[in-house]
Parts: sequence; C-alpha cells; structure tokens
Amino acid sequence: MSFLEVLYFIIPTSIAYAAPLILTAIGGVFSERSGVVNIGLEGLMVMGAFIGIIFNLAYADVFGSWTPWIALLVAMLVSAIFSIMHAVASVSFRANQVVSGVAINMLGIAIALFSVKMLYGKGQTDFIQNKIPRINIPILQDIPILGPMFFKSVYGTSIIAIAVAIIAWFVIYKTPFGLRLRSVGEHPMAADTMGINVSKIRYTAVIISGGLAGIGGAIYSQTMTGDFGHATINGQGFMALAAMIFGKWHPIGAMGAALFFGFAQTLAISAGSIDIDFIQKIPTVYFHILPYVLTILALAGFIGKANAPKANGEPYIKGSR
Amino acid sequence: MVPIISIILGLLVGALVMIFSGYNPVNGYIALWNGIFGDAYAIGETIRQISPYILAGLAVAFAFRTGLFNIGVEGQLMVGWFAAAYVGSAFTMPMYIHLPLSLLAAAAAGALWGLIPGLLKAKFRVHEVIVTIMMNYIALHVVNALIKTVSGGGFKTEKIQPTASLRSDFLSNLTDYSTLHYGIFIALSMVIVMWFILEKTKTGFELKSVGFNENASHYAGMNVNKNIVLSMIISGAFAGLGGAMEALGTFGNMTSRGGFTGIGFDGIAVALLGANTPLGVIFGASLFGSLKYGANNMPNAANIPLEIVSIVIALIIFFVASGYIIRVAILRMNKKKEAK
Repeated sequence: MSFLEVLYFIIPTSIAYAAPLILTAIGGVFSERSGVVNIGLEGLMVMGAFIGIIFNLAYADVFGSWTPWIALLVAMLVSAIFSIMHAVASVSFRANQVVSGVAINMLGIAIALFSVKMLYGKGQTDFIQNKIPRINIPILQDIPILGPMFFKSVYGTSIIAIAVAIIAWFVIYKTPFGLRLRSVGEHPMAADTMGINVSKIRYTAVIISGGLAGIGGAIYSQTMTGDFGHATINGQGFMALAAMIFGKWHPIGAMGAALFFGFAQTLAISAGSIDIDFIQKIPTVYFHILPYVLTILALAGFIGKANAPKANGEPYIKGSR
Repeated sequence: MVPIISIILGLLVGALVMIFSGYNPVNGYIALWNGIFGDAYAIGETIRQISPYILAGLAVAFAFRTGLFNIGVEGQLMVGWFAAAYVGSAFTMPMYIHLPLSLLAAAAAGALWGLIPGLLKAKFRVHEVIVTIMMNYIALHVVNALIKTVSGGGFKTEKIQPTASLRSDFLSNLTDYSTLHYGIFIALSMVIVMWFILEKTKTGFELKSVGFNENASHYAGMNVNKNIVLSMIISGAFAGLGGAMEALGTFGNMTSRGGFTGIGFDGIAVALLGANTPLGVIFGASLFGSLKYGANNMPNAANIPLEIVSIVIALIIFFVASGYIIRVAILRMNKKKEAK
C-alpha cells in the first residue's frame, strides 16, 4: 500500500469512528456549559445504541432503507427522556452530579441488557440488515486526493456530526440561548438576578446532551457493530467526555479532539495492517491509551490551560452565597 | 435513614420494573433470597463475593473522607489483580513469604495507580474524577497488553502457585465445597486498619481534617498536598487488595478482559450506602455482594434476567445521591405529624 492509499483508508475510518464521539462530546459541552457535570454520557450512549438496534430490527420491514435514520431519531428521543433523570437529580434534587452520572451509567447498561434478555432471550441482539449506508458525494468525490479522502464512501452520519458541531458553536456563541447557557454555567446567581431561569436552562441543556448522546450511540451501533451486546459501547462515552475536556468545553474544539481520538482508535485497530514500518513497530496498546493519556496531560496544563465552567458541578440554591 | 429508604425505594422500583416486564416480583425476590441464603454453598459463595466489595468500598470511602472522589477504584483493582496473579505464578517461594509478597504486590500496584491522580491533584489541582476515569481505561488496556506479554501471546496468566493461594479447604468444606477463601479475613482486617488509621492516628486526623476543610487545615499548619497524595495511595492500596482477592482466591489467574469488572464502580455504591465509615462499608458490601451473587439464581428459579439486580443497585445509588429530597420529605412528614 502506498502512503496515499493508507491515507485513503485511515482518514474515512477515523471520521467514521469520530462521528459518535463528536455528537456525544457536544452533548457534554451543552450540559457542562450550563453547569451540570455529565459523567452519564456513557449510559446515555448505551441507551441510544440499544434503542437504535432494537428499533432497526423491529421496523426494518416497515420503513425499508429509511429505518436507520428513523432509528436515530427514536434513539435521540429515548435518550433525551432518560437524561431527564439526571437533570431532575442534579438540578432539582441537588444530588452529587458525579454520583448521579455514575448511577445513569449503571442504569443505562442494566436496562439495556435486561431488555435484550427479555426480548431476545440471549445476551445480544441479532445483526441488523439495514446498516447506515456509505455514500459517494457527487462532483466532490472527483477532486483529486481530497475527493477519495473525504467524499468517497463516507457515512452520511459523519457529515451530520460535523454539521451539528458547527450548529452547536453557533447556538452557544451567537444566540441569546447560548449566552444564557454559558452565564448559568459560570455564575448562576448573577444570571438569576438578570431574570434567567437557571433551572429551565439547565434542564434544557441536560436534555440536549441526552439527545445528542443518544444519536451518537445509535450511530455507533448502526455503523460499527451492527448488533447490541454488553460490550457494544465500551468507553465511547468516557472518550467523548475526554474529547470535551481536551477540546476545552468548546464545540469546535471538542470536534477536533474527537476526530483525533477517532484517528487514534483507527490506528489501534489497523496498525498491524498498515504497511508503514514505524507504525507497525509501536505496540497497539499505546494507541489504545493515547486519548486518555492526552486528556490527563491536557488537564495537567501541559497542553494549554483547560478551564472548566466556573459553576460546573454545583447545584444552584437560590439565596445562598 | 436515607440509605435504608433508598434501599426500600430501589427494591420497590425494581419490583415495578418486573411487573411492567411481565414477571412476578414476589417470585423474583424469593429466588434472589434463596440465591443468597438458600443453602450452605450459596452462603459460602455470597461471603466470597462480599470480600472484594468490602475492599473496593473501603477504597472509595477512604478517599471520600479526604474529600476526594476516587472513581478509579476499578482500574486500581485491575492492576492489583494482575500484579497478584503475576507474582503468585512467576515465583517459587515458601508460603509465608509468597502469599504476603503477592498481596503486597497487589497493594503496591493499586497504590501506584492511585498515586498518579493524587500527585496531579496535589501539584496541578487537576480534578481527580476525570483523571481516575481515564486511568481506568489506561489500566484496562495496559493490563490486557501485560497479560499478552507475560503469557507469550495468550489471553490469560498462568495459575498461581499453591504457596500464594488464599484457597482454604476448611472454609470450602464448611460451606459445601464453595469457593470461599481466606480473603474475607483480609478484607475484614482492612476494615479495622481503616478504622485505626482514621480514628486513632495523627495522620488519620489530618486526612479527615483536609476532607472537612482544606483551607482551615492549611492554616492550622497541615500539609494539604501530602495528605491528598497519601489518601489516594492508601485508597489505591485497598483497591489493589480487592484485585488480589480475585487473583489469589477466586480465580487463581487473570484473563484478558473486554470490559471492566464492575466491582470498582459498585464500590462507589458500597461506600455511599455505608456513609463512608468502616463499619458502614461492611454493611454496604454485604448488601451489594449478596444482591450480585444472589441474582445468579434468578434466571433459573424465576426466569427473570439477572440484570434486574443491576437496575436495583443503580436505582439505590440514584436515590442515595438524591438524599436531599428524601430528607426534605422526611422533614415534611414529621412536621405534619407534629401539626396533628
């Protein structure tokens, strides 16, 4: 394989791996920018992956080739509803948000596996027939070099993910809602005095994060695995969390970090088959741990300073100082 | 009061889930009960399951007392498991050296895994929650790679030597040939160690003081950073010993894993339920260890997927986390009673 052929393989695969991370990480950005720590992303993603697969299996006959797309929407809805639990606990019940997030993670996987056993009588579902298809984008795919890298046999979902990142940037930085969101996460009391409904903004943000994580999970299960079992989502949610931090709580940054993590994952999986000497010599474990090590380094301030929103993780109690 | 109400609420919602899924909750809970206390064998296995839960719970609770949230118990437990399995199988020594050495290796590996987030917190004020989560995944991949290296490309380490084993014929015979091993005594002695450190030593006083108020402790002349690092090391060592229970007692080796053991995460639940006290941890570990083991009986005896117990455990954590609202509810009820 020539170097260019390697790129033609690695880049689309990296973007495909990154798409679920991008969406979930952006969900995390919404939630944490409003001041609610969301460790539960993993559980929300599990829920999305699970719903995506069972919807796809159940309605493949009805909707035909539209099935995976409708499954994404259903997964989004269900995960958004599931995330209300986290919102209620962290905003209204003043719970420890990390603990509540841990509970969401455990609950997500437990409910999904319980339902799979109940519906199918075994540990994992059947394989879906209607996976999300790869498409060639007309005209653009003919551009030399860039065409085969970015526009040939891409998943439509990858394009959606990048679009969502840009929309999220616009919403968070250019709209009144975004300004309120950020102010609630930085200084809820000041925001409250200005007449912003802190609880409402935080509920909305957590539900958005649930919806996006749900789509992320459903994309992952409908492009990568094709079925749902206990190890379908195995740390993707936490990797998205890492991408969010590495991207410094900024949607575009989170997207960049997610793309990079997708690249690391692709290398970890395909390093053995890539005919480049120095990559083959590196043991795959280094690619596997790369996203996590980088996140720790980023947090320690070795790669620029990452500042979390000020009020992140603190329940807002009216009248307290 | 909150933990008990949370347990009741968790079991009730679990029952509702069973009803809505078309199962009979009464049969379900009877099967669970029999799975825990049904016969001598079940009791032996339940106690065996409780020992790593005690250590995982101690690890979370100890860090909590210094104001640190150690979600990394899972990773610390896995490196401890591997260290114990490796030292237990690679060397030939008399038992009175080999067994303590294997346990020590597990504790040291766990402590090392706790040291890193501790140092980062102390030096750079990096939040330990994120670092420990990342350390979990690093542990998972590193341990799998190490197993591959040690076994020459295989997927599990060799069986440990009998001189490093915690297995006990006496306990096994007592409980109808269950896999109950001496680990439970190690776990219980660590409960005493934690109590002793926290309540009877100057170090423990400082650790707790930092947990209550960092600034006040600093003002009083305590070295806050040193205490943060120390707390994470001790917490990691407890977690590593939890891994040793699996390596030296239950399994006798370590197999490469696709995902986490879950014991470390359940340790969070154990510690929360036990209000982060040594005695409370025994209570929490007994409850969750029993639930986890007893659940294995549910598919056979009542035809209910055993994941229902994971749902119940997650709900209990959720309710404990939402303790504020439960306290408010109790307060309101008491007021109404007074009004009457």
